[in-house]
Amino acid sequence: MSNPDLLTARDIRKSFVGFKALDSVDFSVRAGEIHALLGENGAGKSTLIKVLTGVLRADSGTFELNGDPITVRDTLHAQQLGIGTVYQEVNLLPNLTVAENLYIGRQPKRFGLVDTRAMHKMARALLADYDIDIDVGAQLSSFSVAVQQLVAIARAVDMSGSVLILDEPTASLDRHEVELLFGVLRKLRDRGLGIVFITHFLDQVYAISDRITVLRNGRLVGTRETASLPRVELVSMMLGRTLAAATEHGRRDAPPHSSRRIAFHDFGRDRSIAPFDMTIHAGEVVGVAGLLGSGRTETARLMFGIDLADCGTIGIDGKPVKIASPRDAVRLGFGLCPEDRKADGIIGDLSVRENIALALQARRGWLRRMSTSDQTELANRFVKALDIRTTDIEKPVKLLSGGNQQKVILARWLATSPRFLILDEPTRGIDVGAHAEIIELINKLCDEGLALLVISSELEEIVAYSTRVRTLRDRAHVGELTGAEISTGSIMQAIAADPGGAK
Amino acid sequence: MSSRLLPFYATLAIFVLAYGVCVFQFPNMLSTRVAGNLLTDNAFLGIVAVGMTFVILSGGIDLSVGAVIGFTTVLIAVLISWYGIHPLAAFAIALAISTAFGAAMGVVIHYLDVPAFIVTLAGMFLARGMAFVITTDSIPIRHEFYTTLQGLYLRLPGGGRFTLIGGLMVLVFAFGIALAHFTRFGSYVYALGGNKTSAELMGVPVARTTIGIYALSGFLSGLAGVVFSLYTSAGYSLSAVGVELDTIAAVVIGGTLLTGGVGLVAGTFMGVIIQGLIQTYIVFDGTLSSWWTKIVVGLLLFAFIALQRLLVVLSDRKRLLRNTPT
Repeated sequence: MSNPDLLTARDIRKSFVGFKALDSVDFSVRAGEIHALLGENGAGKSTLIKVLTGVLRADSGTFELNGDPITVRDTLHAQQLGIGTVYQEVNLLPNLTVAENLYIGRQPKRFGLVDTRAMHKMARALLADYDIDIDVGAQLSSFSVAVQQLVAIARAVDMSGSVLILDEPTASLDRHEVELLFGVLRKLRDRGLGIVFITHFLDQVYAISDRITVLRNGRLVGTRETASLPRVELVSMMLGRTLAAATEHGRRDAPPHSSRRIAFHDFGRDRSIAPFDMTIHAGEVVGVAGLLGSGRTETARLMFGIDLADCGTIGIDGKPVKIASPRDAVRLGFGLCPEDRKADGIIGDLSVRENIALALQARRGWLRRMSTSDQTELANRFVKALDIRTTDIEKPVKLLSGGNQQKVILARWLATSPRFLILDEPTRGIDVGAHAEIIELINKLCDEGLALLVISSELEEIVAYSTRVRTLRDRAHVGELTGAEISTGSIMQAIAADPGGAK
Repeated sequence: MSSRLLPFYATLAIFVLAYGVCVFQFPNMLSTRVAGNLLTDNAFLGIVAVGMTFVILSGGIDLSVGAVIGFTTVLIAVLISWYGIHPLAAFAIALAISTAFGAAMGVVIHYLDVPAFIVTLAGMFLARGMAFVITTDSIPIRHEFYTTLQGLYLRLPGGGRFTLIGGLMVLVFAFGIALAHFTRFGSYVYALGGNKTSAELMGVPVARTTIGIYALSGFLSGLAGVVFSLYTSAGYSLSAVGVELDTIAAVVIGGTLLTGGVGLVAGTFMGVIIQGLIQTYIVFDGTLSSWWTKIVVGLLLFAFIALQRLLVVLSDRKRLLRNTPT
């Protein structure tokens, strides 16, 4: 790997109002390599890509292409310089034909009119390089996502042709399609292209990349050769913890199995999460650990009926039930505190009282309105029980701190006296004090006999409250830790385990 | 071709069926006279509908077209009758003004990022208001050149007349079809209607295209105004009130998706002719109120929007099935 650097970015800084998205990041791509760019949420991956492709301007830093200093003015300029990008959402035009998508703005002309026949011929020749043989005169939307993705790549390479940036290209592809895409990428690498590849799937990183760069909280953690970087070390680079320090153990033992349980059997959804089995007993907290994109939120969405399962069954206390929508889930006594509190959870302009009463009111139906005094009574009870700090229950929820907003959502579900509560990242964006309170609350609810499923990227936190820990990798449930096995170290090992090596 | 063109085929089928029913009831309707009159009577509507097709294909809307037609007829009548300007010069002035007016709306829509609905609504009031400011009277146009133009026609076998304005409409449609399908501008229009953000990222000149689309719509509204003044030999500030809605109806019945990106200029032709056919039927019948035209057009419009929605849902479902590995 002695190829020269093709595209180099040095000391890149970019901040948005009071928040450093990129803090002195160095990054380089060599000709003829596939370079994986990794990092958890908010690590700065997409900001770096946007800076490289001219969507955003860096505050400071230098760029070099083939050794010459460059300044990327805008996306069009980046394309002209030879930097092509394919975004996760295939940004082509589904209502145009394949050929038009490939050549829009540069269609061949004859007598001042577009020469459709020549354009189709060129398109077929271009796609033949990728072993794609399709009707280029058909609408792009009539082809699968994988083909659309390949068309987008063909277009980017044809227009730019030296650096190709792929932002999560495999997010919506199945295994076979991923193989197809990887074949094309290897071919392009051998042609001397520098390819930047962003993904959340560790297996894919090891399958295709030559080097890996890890970002965390806007800072560069390191760039390493893939072949000499063990998985566990990669995970610890991404999560920012070393194995030596990660030794604290869980405090809780699994409760005796009770007959009150929720059992998911062979439950899964194509392209979302592989089928899994899970039984959660009353009085139990099941922690779900995994990297971003490993299928954590997908598991929660599936259990709560937001996405419909393709296969599998659910049983409550041994009786089979069906969940076809979140309403069904609520009726069965399920509750979900979503990951994105602001967008999916609280209704900011409504008062604390109204937010707490919401789920209970929804379950009663709109004909039987809860009286204001009932609502006030309910809200006061939970404000006291959960210690929600608000001057007034009539205060709009958006004025509360993150931790208190989280408690309001919890109160909303607790008001419906649920049997099963799913918490997706309950402590994200919450200050340290409130953090401890939420964890205490989870422990307390569990002691009261509620069944909980808690998703979190804070491993210490999972260790602190879980009676069992599910580990997820690449959209599948890959392992379970119980009792004394639970420690941050063992969770990290499980997340990073090489499926090939484990067998 | 793809199922998204199905609304166009549906329109074609409805036209053939409707014409068949008409001919079955009134055999006289199968004549070159009726065909010629259909073209002549709907010439202004067809011309303005071509412009509207481009606007709707790009995901926009132009509510100002009726008012621009009204304004143009008044302007031409005043220029000819009050100031003695030659009709050709008057036409040139009117077309220049209407084109500039459309382009200006395009500029506002793109650079100020205001919805086309609002901008062209303002344009509608502006153009209609200007027409009233010039004069509230109906001004007759008496000019030799007008008489000559109105007298120009090709005699069709069977006694039908293929008039100048009918021919002009056919020409505008031919031009529109070529522009939509055989030029880069045409592909940009479809691209904008498909997804503006993607189009921008793919290097489509969004500003130039948006302004061009509304300028084209403005120009064709002006041309429709010229045709309307030839058709009625007068300029009146209240003429062509509500024509923007008839035009939108013709475009949608012709199979163009109101959300943009899908449709054919040829479909709009069918949409215009179907509206004309309904009117002709009512004339032949003689007992029906002419308001029945509106009722039938309303029903057709509703049926087509429902059909398009259904097709979108079906094709989504089909794609979902196909993407599921077996």
